[in-house]
Amino acid sequence: MENNQSLDPRVNRLQLSISGDPVVVRDGENWNVFEVFHQEKRGAHHEHVGCVHAPNAQLALVFAKEQFGRRKKCVNLWVVRSADILAFNTEDEDMFANNLEKTYRDASGFKVMEKINRYKKSGKE
Amino acid sequence: MYGGGYIFDEPNKRQLKDEQLHDDPEKLAAFEARIARGEKIEPGDWMPSEYRRQLIRLIEQHAHSEIIGALPEGTWITRAPGFKRKLALIAKVQDEIGHGQLLYNAAETLGKSREAMINDLLSGKSKYSNVFNYPAETWADVTVIGFLIDAAAIVNQVANAKGSYGPYCRALERICYEESFHLKQGHDAFIELATGTPAQRAMLQDALNRWWQPIMHFFGPPDKSSVHSEKLMQWKVKMASNDEMRNQFLDTYVPKIWELGLSLPDPALRKNDSTGKWEFSDPDWELFKKVINGGGPCNKERLNVRKWAEEHGRWVRKALMHPGEKITAPAA
Repeated sequence: MENNQSLDPRVNRLQLSISGDPVVVRDGENWNVFEVFHQEKRGAHHEHVGCVHAPNAQLALVFAKEQFGRRKKCVNLWVVRSADILAFNTEDEDMFANNLEKTYRDASGFKVMEKINRYKKSGKE
Repeated sequence: MYGGGYIFDEPNKRQLKDEQLHDDPEKLAAFEARIARGEKIEPGDWMPSEYRRQLIRLIEQHAHSEIIGALPEGTWITRAPGFKRKLALIAKVQDEIGHGQLLYNAAETLGKSREAMINDLLSGKSKYSNVFNYPAETWADVTVIGFLIDAAAIVNQVANAKGSYGPYCRALERICYEESFHLKQGHDAFIELATGTPAQRAMLQDALNRWWQPIMHFFGPPDKSSVHSEKLMQWKVKMASNDEMRNQFLDTYVPKIWELGLSLPDPALRKNDSTGKWEFSDPDWELFKKVINGGGPCNKERLNVRKWAEEHGRWVRKALMHPGEKITAPAA
């Protein structure tokens, strides 16, 4: 089949690539990256849902609305430059390893019923 | 859509080199144990260089497929039959472009910039799903794409969503959610033709006949002739073999086509009840290679449309650029 004629008249009207020069996108032409946080309903936390490329925070919000606010319920979005996110190194996750052993920080770490029952029992005798 | 079920790689690069499998034995063992436990790998984690290379290739090709995949359908927006179909098609095409962006972001977390990926697409170095090198000649083609190509892509994406790389899985989760609408609207439009006038049925049958071979190509060459690495399965980069995915697709969708009294242009197509596997005549794999390497009916047009968009959007992007800005990769 011949490549030069499109089935789409609009494509033919564009007279594509007459020069035949290669197109090169320069570094930085797609701008910088912003992380996007989505709030599903008033009162809920904003949750990280992904990111967009944008030249500034205002346009990042516009793109975030198109990308992350066009389907499910959404009442608000936050954007922040990815460069401004500070996070622990993922390889250091063992620093959180003993969280579950700290039962003194947990309601389940305190058992009073046994003592109450023992006290009540001892009082009756 | 539109993850091509098949990841294209230069033939001489398909076999892993020894040193690529032995970056650092201790770290590699910890990495493989983590994947075996079902844990996800995140951008800051140590990973073998070959894992990184294969994932960039996979996610990048998937992203390009979304962007290029929007073109054959996009040309039908102005000619969609009726207002509801037009609205649905606009929404679907917008979704596909959005999916492309989600996937470029996921690939960027691995260290390749979006600009570099787009340049590799425009120069022909990076590939995209082979099916988009065929034209959508009639409205029936759009319904076949929306129903069957999307269905095939979903088989592939649902499998990949269980893979090991966190950012790719998260992008796919969102993509699969939106795909369910694509499949449903494609099925609806397909059924409308299939249950319509004799002329509508004839148009649909013609489209099916032309698209069947590209659909059979979609999941890539058969396992026996494709050199797919055990390592990629172990690392959960590749989640199912080409034949497994093709069989799953045939098993779900061929009965849905046959029950409408439509036929498929392969007299050998049947389910073998004793093995539970589908049998079919071998698609023309030489043609597949030729089309992937630029010899299909629409390769040139697809890339030229993409180049036109890059060229004519440049002044806007340039006006908004901040010279000297240091670019940061996505965080997660």
